[in-house]
Amino acid sequence: MRLVNIKPASGPRILIGAVPIIIALVAYAVLSAARAEANPNDKVLPTFLAMARAALRLFTETDPRTGQVTAMADTAASLWRLGVGIGIATLSTLVIGIALGVVPLVRAALGPIITVIAVIPPIAVLPILFIALGLGEASKIALIAVGIAPYMIRDLASHVAGLPAEQFIKAQTLGASTWQLTLRVALPQALPRLIESLRLSMGPAWVFLISAEAIASDVGLGYRIFLVRRYLSMDIILPYVAWISLLAILTDWALLTISRKAFPWAHGGGH
Amino acid sequence: MSALLSLEDVWVEYGEKVVLERVNLEIAQGEYVSVVGPSGAGKSTFLRLILGQEGPSRGRLLLDGTPLTPECSPDRGVVFQRYSVFPHLTALGNVLFGLECAAAPLTAKLLGSARKAAREEAVAMLEAVGLGHNLDVYPAQMSGGMQQRLALAQALVKHPRVLLLDEPFGALDPGIRLDMHELVGGLWQEHGLTIVMVTHDINEAFKLGTRVLAFDKRRHDPHAPNRYGATAVYDVKLDRKTREAGPPAEWAGQPGAGNM
Repeated sequence: MRLVNIKPASGPRILIGAVPIIIALVAYAVLSAARAEANPNDKVLPTFLAMARAALRLFTETDPRTGQVTAMADTAASLWRLGVGIGIATLSTLVIGIALGVVPLVRAALGPIITVIAVIPPIAVLPILFIALGLGEASKIALIAVGIAPYMIRDLASHVAGLPAEQFIKAQTLGASTWQLTLRVALPQALPRLIESLRLSMGPAWVFLISAEAIASDVGLGYRIFLVRRYLSMDIILPYVAWISLLAILTDWALLTISRKAFPWAHGGGH
Repeated sequence: MSALLSLEDVWVEYGEKVVLERVNLEIAQGEYVSVVGPSGAGKSTFLRLILGQEGPSRGRLLLDGTPLTPECSPDRGVVFQRYSVFPHLTALGNVLFGLECAAAPLTAKLLGSARKAAREEAVAMLEAVGLGHNLDVYPAQMSGGMQQRLALAQALVKHPRVLLLDEPFGALDPGIRLDMHELVGGLWQEHGLTIVMVTHDINEAFKLGTRVLAFDKRRHDPHAPNRYGATAVYDVKLDRKTREAGPPAEWAGQPGAGNM
């Protein structure tokens, strides 16, 4: 049988998918054990036990200096920045993206400037944001919003503009005004796409968050990682990276679930 | 009986390219006009003109004696070959849409007793096209024939003065197509509709229509193929059929019959 025709059944497929992960974990355990044996104070490859100990301390013990559980305070601060940032980006995408897609006049007026903004690397404007908005929360939120909104706006505008022209004509023959057409034809069909592009933008959003926190902050997941880097504290960095990944996976899963439940027609499913 | 829809010396030109030239036509209330012709003969342009999707370069179109602006409006319903229904609405939602737009300018949603009344109207329309058991089904779960039935119900619930069909059965299987012929023929009779249908299928054109228009170019310049536009070169009225199968006599002279 040809290789391309061998399709694993669902049970074995999970097993096959688990093998590389298990290999990676075992390889790390073996390597870190070897280094720990050579030097009990090794910092570069901490053992799973050392990481668990550090994680337990950060996730449960109250820091006497701040009076808070460090990891929880970091998570809350980061998620708040991320949430507000993507919230602003999503709302402005919804308004501008749909207006661009539906109204040719708006497309003619705003299309070029959004194209220009979209090609500016967001990190390059970070100093401007720091100067204009200060080093507080506003500049970090602004970086996330400015970083992901242009892509999302362009994606949504092209999606809405690409809806079959027949639908817009049909809606007009059914008596729809521009507003009704936007509200009942464009908006509902834009929403699943908006969630889709938000899912794709979550990666860059995290990058912008951690960049902003690394440069100027006193709390946050990105701040902590870059702070403990000075002490080569891999036993803190690695659990934090795992934690961030877990948060990212949960967010993605939540967005997908919302989209599936709210827009079954967009996922080829029933009602 | 005066014409419901008239075209007076209508031309459509795109720059140098003449698509339609000197189209003079009168379409009466209750006619079923089939439009045939080779590709590129301006059949679809003719339909878009009546629909209001585009305006004529010269001449004018009159509906009930009033000049038409190049914009779509609820007095002219349409069913396209594809993409006529909204994929994000159920069958019922698709038909309700037109009623909701008229009744709720701001939200385009109806609530309470207004919704109940509109729902009854929409359900009756869906039953008339044979979709009474598929109210909560999304278009993606429907066959092509069912989607076209839905598109018809969606257009007819607004009681348009003229119903425009743009190759409505072109994408359907032959068997389904015959069912649809029966449905559209029946609806035309029952509701006293005025229909303009563009089709590639000559048999279909003669089977359903009370009048067949053939679009083609009268003149042809081999050195400048775009120099001359098309017009209705044949206008065949199938009178015998109008009497036999046309709308009952009581509809004649009732311009509002299709506009209840």
